[in-house]
Amino acid sequence: MSDKKNLKAKTGNEAMAEAMRQINPDVVAAYPITPATEIVQIFSQFVADGLVATEFVAVESEHSALSACIGASAAGARAMTGTSSQGLALMYEMMYIAAGLRLPIVMAEVNRALSAPINIHGDQSDTMCARDSGFLQIYCENSQEAYDSMIQAVRICEHPEVLLPATVSTDGFIISHCLEAIEMLKDEQVKEFVGTYKPKHWLLDVDHPFTLGAIDLQDYYFEHKRQEIEAMRKATKVVKEIGQEFGRKFGRSYDMLETYKLEDAEAAIVVLGSTAGTVKVVIDEMRKQGKKVGLLKLRVFRPFPFEDIREALKNIKIVGVMDRHDGYNAYVPPVCSEVRSCLYELDKRPKIASYVYGLGGRDITLEMITGIYNELLSGKISAEVKYSGVRE
Amino acid sequence: MGEIKVARKKGWKELPEGDYLEPGSAAVFETGDWRSERPVWIPENCIQCLFCWVYCPDSSVKVKDSLMTGFDYKHCKGCGICVTECPGKKGNKAIKMEAEKK
Amino acid sequence: MANLKELATRPELLSGGHRLCAGCGAGIIARQVMMAAADKPVVVTNATGCLEVSTTIYPFSAWKTSWFHSAFENAAASCSGIEAAYKALKRTGKVDKDIRFIAFGGDGGTYDIGLQSLSGAMERRHRMLYVCYNNEAYMNTGIQRSSSTPLGAYTTTAPNGKVKKGKEQVRKNLTEILVAHNIPYVAQTAIGYWNDLITKVQKALDTAGPTFINVIQPCRLGWGYSPEDTVTLGRLAVETCLWPVYEVVNGKYKINVKPKEKKPIIEYLKLQSRFKHLFKPENESVITEIQRNIDEHWAWLHLMEEDTNK
Repeated sequence: MSDKKNLKAKTGNEAMAEAMRQINPDVVAAYPITPATEIVQIFSQFVADGLVATEFVAVESEHSALSACIGASAAGARAMTGTSSQGLALMYEMMYIAAGLRLPIVMAEVNRALSAPINIHGDQSDTMCARDSGFLQIYCENSQEAYDSMIQAVRICEHPEVLLPATVSTDGFIISHCLEAIEMLKDEQVKEFVGTYKPKHWLLDVDHPFTLGAIDLQDYYFEHKRQEIEAMRKATKVVKEIGQEFGRKFGRSYDMLETYKLEDAEAAIVVLGSTAGTVKVVIDEMRKQGKKVGLLKLRVFRPFPFEDIREALKNIKIVGVMDRHDGYNAYVPPVCSEVRSCLYELDKRPKIASYVYGLGGRDITLEMITGIYNELLSGKISAEVKYSGVRE
Repeated sequence: MGEIKVARKKGWKELPEGDYLEPGSAAVFETGDWRSERPVWIPENCIQCLFCWVYCPDSSVKVKDSLMTGFDYKHCKGCGICVTECPGKKGNKAIKMEAEKK
Repeated sequence: MANLKELATRPELLSGGHRLCAGCGAGIIARQVMMAAADKPVVVTNATGCLEVSTTIYPFSAWKTSWFHSAFENAAASCSGIEAAYKALKRTGKVDKDIRFIAFGGDGGTYDIGLQSLSGAMERRHRMLYVCYNNEAYMNTGIQRSSSTPLGAYTTTAPNGKVKKGKEQVRKNLTEILVAHNIPYVAQTAIGYWNDLITKVQKALDTAGPTFINVIQPCRLGWGYSPEDTVTLGRLAVETCLWPVYEVVNGKYKINVKPKEKKPIIEYLKLQSRFKHLFKPENESVITEIQRNIDEHWAWLHLMEEDTNK
């Protein structure tokens, strides 16, 4: 545990770029996009100033950014990238490939709404569309988590039982551009924590040539996908282990999810990202008025921590799940859908309400969250998805 | 089709992780039964120009010590490019195509 | 100058047992490129396409060197990443060997869907050789038109019919697009000129920068001819001056093969079923146009050669 706090004022983007500097990856290939541009820009300056040994590839598109990372990772390098929204959408094809080829690439991702209409602000529709890509998905409440999670993600992804890529996401502008005091680790601490990438097979190991990326037809594709599924399952254990190790070493532990005043809560909200912070403020206020409300913040959405969620929510009477993305007439949007599914196994299930909020960066206020809690506490909920904050 | 006999296809727990393959593993796969005609070497007409070797799409012209020594019938698909490219000796080709006996 | 006796002593980096068609030109190109490259360790990247699918059907790979494929439009981008990794790992001492990088793409993966990533990689000056095995259509998916398909050719997405005469547009000149990137080495060659192809690959691999070779590749299936004629047709493309064999070294043009007598394009067209419809009297004008385009381009190339070597 560090005795002296090394506090620095950093935006989410700066925090992620600083983490990348300290990780000092072999290759970074990236393309700018609002609101993630700064990550690439700041990192380019680190390269220009000789603060990292990284080979920086300023590619001509996000598709090529991830393609170059995939090539670099397969070649034996630790590779990283960063993007947002449309950039991530352009990468979707390559995301499945990075995961399928089992390449542990870490991506600094800033959540931003998808076009159309074009919008540059935060919602989680970009990463939600990639939820079955084989990437691990870590959602961060604040810059500190973003910084810490980037560092942990390297270890998680490169773990021999995982070997999958990950996105570490912050909410666009809300986190990416807001200044916060974060506690930074020393360069040597990060260097030691992340260690070096030691792949079993790497293309530049030319004395041991191999083929990677063969065509896999009906007779092998399923087996390889099954391996990938298993790796994602095992990632749950690895996320916890690395999160605990991080805590032991640096004083901030991490898990798949975090609960806040949930044990005795009558009504709970499930949410991911920066909104969790806002919800905590509301909880403190409402608790003062004697209202038993609590929070389940999902930090990791892939792998999905269904057992932990079940355990955490089994005694709650009513749960509101907040999605910053819609499923377009899916029964409920993705986070709600998965939370709801995993609770189905319980004999005594909480009632569940679904809320879609904050699309295109629409503010989610303390009042709106208070309103949701009051609605939950009243027990008067319907199966219909509610859209919080939209003008009728 | 030249499907080789794989005793038992491995399950997901036994296969190497990911889409990884050993180099040159296709050599065990037979494509020789694609042929309807086979090239036959006539050594007395061969000037060892190696054009058959350099133009073979299937790496099926056998060469030892830089000399053509015959065909790899396990892989040769019988395209006949070697015959077309063979200059032969005094107008007599060193390779001819013969019908496969099925 | 390459020497076949010497090349034959090198390890064969593409094994038999791949599933390319009998008489496939892509197999010839890949083998000859690898013959030229076999004196140094090499990492190959392949765009999705005939060569990729046919040579690596799990669990069988024909490649004996490090080989990588990820998608269709990104061979140059993934090769950029591999080359960047090489630079980084060489700096940190994890790699000490001198390694070369080759990317293969068909005309679909190169002229069309992969053009952006190719342009980016060339502009960024990654040291790699990009080889386009150019069979003038999307052969892997069943002979659809590409921007490399020549005027008048039949393809399944630009077929001839009651009102159409096959492809209605002339192909784009990708080789010149690459020249416009001001990269140190750009070349065109054809099957049938093994010495030229191998010499060019060696030159390209010895160049410390991005290099590009566009190889015309007869496809027996898509062009419609007998498999034994693959090499003959490659040669005819050059002898008719349809596909000039030339190189541009640091901006200087050199025509490597100047046929003593330019054969009329009809001799090339008549051997391929994709041009069969052009021999109907009502389509005669297309052949005239093809010949005129060839003549103009051939004259232009001579001017370029003269101009850039003054």
